[in-house]
Amino acid sequence: MPRVVVHVMPKPEILDPQGKAVAGALPRLGFEGIASVRQGKRFELEVEGAVTDEVLATIREAAATLLSNPVIEDVVQVEVEGEAAH
Amino acid sequence: MRIGVVTFPGTLDDRDALRAVRIAGAEAVPLWHADDDLQEVDAVVLPGGFSYGDYLRAGAISRFAPVMEKVVDAAKGGIPVLGICNGFQILCETHLLPGSMIKNAHRSFICRDQPLRVENNRTAWTTAYEKDQVIRIPLKNQDGQFVADAKTLDELEGEGRVVFRYAEGATHGPAGFEENPNGSWNGIAGITNEYGNVVGLMPHPEHAVESGFGPDEPGRGTRTGTDGLGFFTSVLTALTA
Repeated sequence: MPRVVVHVMPKPEILDPQGKAVAGALPRLGFEGIASVRQGKRFELEVEGAVTDEVLATIREAAATLLSNPVIEDVVQVEVEGEAAH
Repeated sequence: MRIGVVTFPGTLDDRDALRAVRIAGAEAVPLWHADDDLQEVDAVVLPGGFSYGDYLRAGAISRFAPVMEKVVDAAKGGIPVLGICNGFQILCETHLLPGSMIKNAHRSFICRDQPLRVENNRTAWTTAYEKDQVIRIPLKNQDGQFVADAKTLDELEGEGRVVFRYAEGATHGPAGFEENPNGSWNGIAGITNEYGNVVGLMPHPEHAVESGFGPDEPGRGTRTGTDGLGFFTSVLTALTA
């Protein structure tokens, strides 16, 4: 089944407490030289049939409606597995 | 007067909210997330908890529950709606209230008796209080940090829609969070819509309605606090006005 991947990230101006916690843990484990971390979400959506423009439009709408909250998050990428679909 | 309390899968505080409604003198009506029927209630409370496990985002999935469509329509029609904690998060996800909650800035769960300043006593849920009165009710959350863009914050502040702001005097808390327990922008604990019928806040008035079970009141004794009862008597006043 073809797969569409949606990436959601906290908006740049919103503090990301989880990313901050990860950034704090890295040097304690000896991973040096990492200035900051932001943590987002990756959704893998398996599609019945071909990934047409219509299917992608539906997924973009779902991404903006349910998968992300536009107040605090951005949908940064919607890609068909294997190729970037802007 | 009939006041409905919605139960979602994962709701924790529906029983206390129903009890608070009864103590205030109204008929408490349990509502179920999967029913698209408000049973002709006069007001609705969305209680706290972890509806749908807080999966995806707190309140994100509850927003699409059948009962919420009715709540949104009723709220737009003017009936009083109160969202407490997870209920506040749901109101933000439905866009009945602006902004959103993210994880507490100190990244820990926090539970304490929290002083709040009542900055707007003209909403359906706050007329029992004096303006600038400080009340003390429990607070308990992990995702309690209120955020909004600058334009929204300016609107909320300019239109007097910040209903509650965190105040000093909590008994304990992480360093740097003695007053504001979670890093909420502008110390905002609760807000209202432009009509004053929809109110959301993170702390829990329904846990402070009966002496013996409420917060400790400094100088007055342990568990004597009943500062939360005014929410439920206010809405009765609003409904009978």
